[in-house]
Amino acid sequence: MAMQEGSIVVKVCMGTGGIAAGGAAVVSAFREEFESAGVRASVEKNCSVHNVGCRGFCARDVLVDVIVGGEKTTYEYIKSDMVPRIVEEHILQGRPIEEWVVKEDYHTFHEKQVKVVLSDCGEVDPEDIESYVSRGGYSALEKVLATMTPEETIGLIKDSGLRGRGGAGFPAGLKWEFARKAAGEPKYLICNADEGDPGAFMDRSIIEGNPHSVIEGMVIGAYAIGARKGYVYIRAEYPLAVERLKIALDQARRRRVLGDDIGGRGFDFDIRIKLGAGAFVCGEETALIASIEGNRGMPRAKPPFPAQKGLWGKPTVINNVETLANVPYIVRNGAGWFAQFGTEKSKGTKVFALTGKVKNSGLIEVPLGISLREIIYDIGGGIEGGRRLKAVQTGGPSGGCITNEMIDIAVDYESLAKAGSIVGSGGMVVMDETDCMVNIAKYFLEFTQAESCGKCVPCRIGTKRLLEILQRITDGRGRPGDVELLEKLSNDVRSASLCGLGQTAPNPVLSTLRYFRNEYEAHIHEKRCPAGVCKNLLTYSILEEFCKGCTMCARVCPAGAIVGEKKKPHKIIEEICVKCGACFEICKFKAVKKG
Amino acid sequence: MQETLEKILRTYHESEGNVISLLQEIEESFGYLPEDAINWFSEQLDIPPSRFYGIATFYAQFHLKPRGENIITACCGTACHVKGAEKLINSLMRELQIPSGEDTSEDRKFTVEKVNCVGACSIAPVVIINKEVHGKMTADRLMKEIRKIK
Repeated sequence: MAMQEGSIVVKVCMGTGGIAAGGAAVVSAFREEFESAGVRASVEKNCSVHNVGCRGFCARDVLVDVIVGGEKTTYEYIKSDMVPRIVEEHILQGRPIEEWVVKEDYHTFHEKQVKVVLSDCGEVDPEDIESYVSRGGYSALEKVLATMTPEETIGLIKDSGLRGRGGAGFPAGLKWEFARKAAGEPKYLICNADEGDPGAFMDRSIIEGNPHSVIEGMVIGAYAIGARKGYVYIRAEYPLAVERLKIALDQARRRRVLGDDIGGRGFDFDIRIKLGAGAFVCGEETALIASIEGNRGMPRAKPPFPAQKGLWGKPTVINNVETLANVPYIVRNGAGWFAQFGTEKSKGTKVFALTGKVKNSGLIEVPLGISLREIIYDIGGGIEGGRRLKAVQTGGPSGGCITNEMIDIAVDYESLAKAGSIVGSGGMVVMDETDCMVNIAKYFLEFTQAESCGKCVPCRIGTKRLLEILQRITDGRGRPGDVELLEKLSNDVRSASLCGLGQTAPNPVLSTLRYFRNEYEAHIHEKRCPAGVCKNLLTYSILEEFCKGCTMCARVCPAGAIVGEKKKPHKIIEEICVKCGACFEICKFKAVKKG
Repeated sequence: MQETLEKILRTYHESEGNVISLLQEIEESFGYLPEDAINWFSEQLDIPPSRFYGIATFYAQFHLKPRGENIITACCGTACHVKGAEKLINSLMRELQIPSGEDTSEDRKFTVEKVNCVGACSIAPVVIINKEVHGKMTADRLMKEIRKIK
C-alpha cells in the first residue's frame, strides 16, 4: 500500500459496522467500476481498493477514503449506488463530490483523540500482513529479540506505566514480572478477547482492524515472561474478528514472526484460538482458565494468582486485547513517549466505546485524564435531539454513573473510582432525560444475575434478590424500605462474593441510588416513573382535541385496544392496552399522551 | 448422523480437543445438541453424560432443543437497550407468534434469541437475521425483513 505519485487508493471501512451498512457491496461496486472498460483505460494499475477495519465512527458508515496522488478525501454514508458517481467525477475528472464529503463534525470527532492502539486501525488492511509491516509492524518484535533481554523488556513496559485495559487496571509490566519469576514450566500467555461487557466493543474493533498488533504484542509478551504457548480466548459472537485473527495467525507463521525459531533467533512461540461459548464470567481470569481447560467457567479464590498457578497449574499471564495491542507501539516509541500521555497514575491512552444518546457515537481513543465534558461534547458532539444529558454509565455492569453535574470529572482510573464508577473495559453509554435510572439498574442486574456462575451464594442468591426488588419497584409494587434494603443487600453482595463479577454487580444499583435516589422514591411512593419508561407505571390516553381520527393508532395496536370511528376522536381501552407504545410512536398529531 | 459423529471424534483426537470444543463441533453440525449424540460420545470417550450436560447448560451457546430454520438474534447490549431493543423483541414475538417463555415458533421456522452484546453499539439497535447484521433497526424495517423470509 505504498503511496506513489498519481496512485489511486480507495479504502472502505469493513468492520462489523461497515459491513452492516453495506460495505461489501461498496467494495465490489468500486471493483466493478474500475474494471469496466472506460475506467480501466485511464486508471489502470494505479488503482486499488482496500478493506480496512473500523475507524471508530461506525454511525456514519459506510465510510470511504479516496486517495488520489496522496490527497485524501473521506466520504460518509456511502451506498453502492453512489460509487459510479464517485469514480466518474472524483477519480476520473478530479472533482470530489462535496455534498458527500464528511462534514466538520467528522473532524471534531477526531481532533481531541490521540491514537496509539487505533493508529493503524482504518489504515491497514487487516487481512494483509504486508500492509501492517509497511507501517512499521513487527519492527518492535525485531527490536526486542535483537537488542533486549526479557528483563529489559519487562522493565520497559513497567516504565511506560501501562495498566491492564480490561477492567481492573493492574500494571502490565508487574504482571509479566511475576510470571517471569514464578517457578514452573511451561509458562503460558493468554490474550483475553472475551469482551463480555455490553456496550464495549474496542477489542472486537482492534482485532478486526489490526489483528497483527495483538499478535506482535503477544509474541513480545511471551518472550518477556518465557512462554512458548499462547491462547487467544475470543467470543464466538465475534465471527469476523475470529476470521481475521485466523488469517493473521497464518500469515504471521509464514513470515516467521510466529511459530518456531521466530526471526531466526531461536525463540519459539505459537498461538491457538479458543472460542468462548458464551459466558460473561469467563472474562474473569480464573474462570477463563477453567474454560480453556474444558470445564464450566467458574472462578476460584485468589491467591494463588494465575501468574503463579494458572493454566494447567502453570504460571500464566492473562492480558486484555487492548493492553497487548499497546505493547508494540510502546516498544517502538519508548516508555517515555507513552508515559507523556495521561495522568501521573494513569498513563497512556484508553479506547472508549461512546454510545447511547450521543450525536457522534463510535470508538474513540483519548489520553487518560481528559474531562468527560470534552468526550461528550467535543468528540461526541453533544446529546441527540437537543435533549439534556442525564448521566453517563461507564464500566458496564461492573460500573456506575457519572451525572450531568459531574461532567468535568477527569476520566482516569482514580477519579472514576472516587465517583463510584470505574474505567472498566471502556464502555460509555450516554443517557438523557428519557432514560429511567431504576430501569438501567434493573437492566444491569438482569444481566449479572443471569451471568452469575452460581458458585458462591452471595452472588447467586444476592443478585437474584436484588433483581426481584428492582423488578417490583419498576412494576409499581415497590414497598417502603426497599431503598434501604437494596443498599444493605448491595453492600453484602459486594463484600462477600468470590470474584469480580459478584463484587461489582451491585455497583449500578449503589451508584444510581447515590445520585438518583429521588427516582427510586418516585417509583415506590408515588408509583410514577419520572422518565416515562417503566411500562406498568404508564398509561396511554388519547387527547380528543388533537385526534383527527386517522385510525393509524387503531391499526398498529397489537391488542385491539383502540376504538373509534374514522375522522372522529379515538379512545384507548385501558384494560386491554398492553402499553407497547406503538400508538404513541405512530401518531403524527401528538394526540397520544404518555404518563 | 453416525458419519458426522465419527468425523467429530477424529477432529477431537487430532486437535487435542476438550468437552467444550467437542460440544461446539456438535452444535455446529446439528444446530443443537442431540441427546443421542451426547450419549454416543459419552460412551466413546468414557466421560459421563452429566459432565456434558453440566457444561452445555453453563454456556449460552449450546442448545438442547432443535432450533428454527431462521435464527433472529436481537442484541440486548446497553446501547441497544437504551435505544429500544425491548420493543423490537416484543414486536418480533408478536409477529412470529412465539409463546412467552419460548424462543422458537411452533412450526420451527423461526427462533428469536437475545444476546448480551454483539459489539456493534454505534449502530444500535442491532438485529442479526441469519448471520446478517442489521443496524439502526426500527420495528417497521424489522417487520419488512421478517416478512421477506416468512
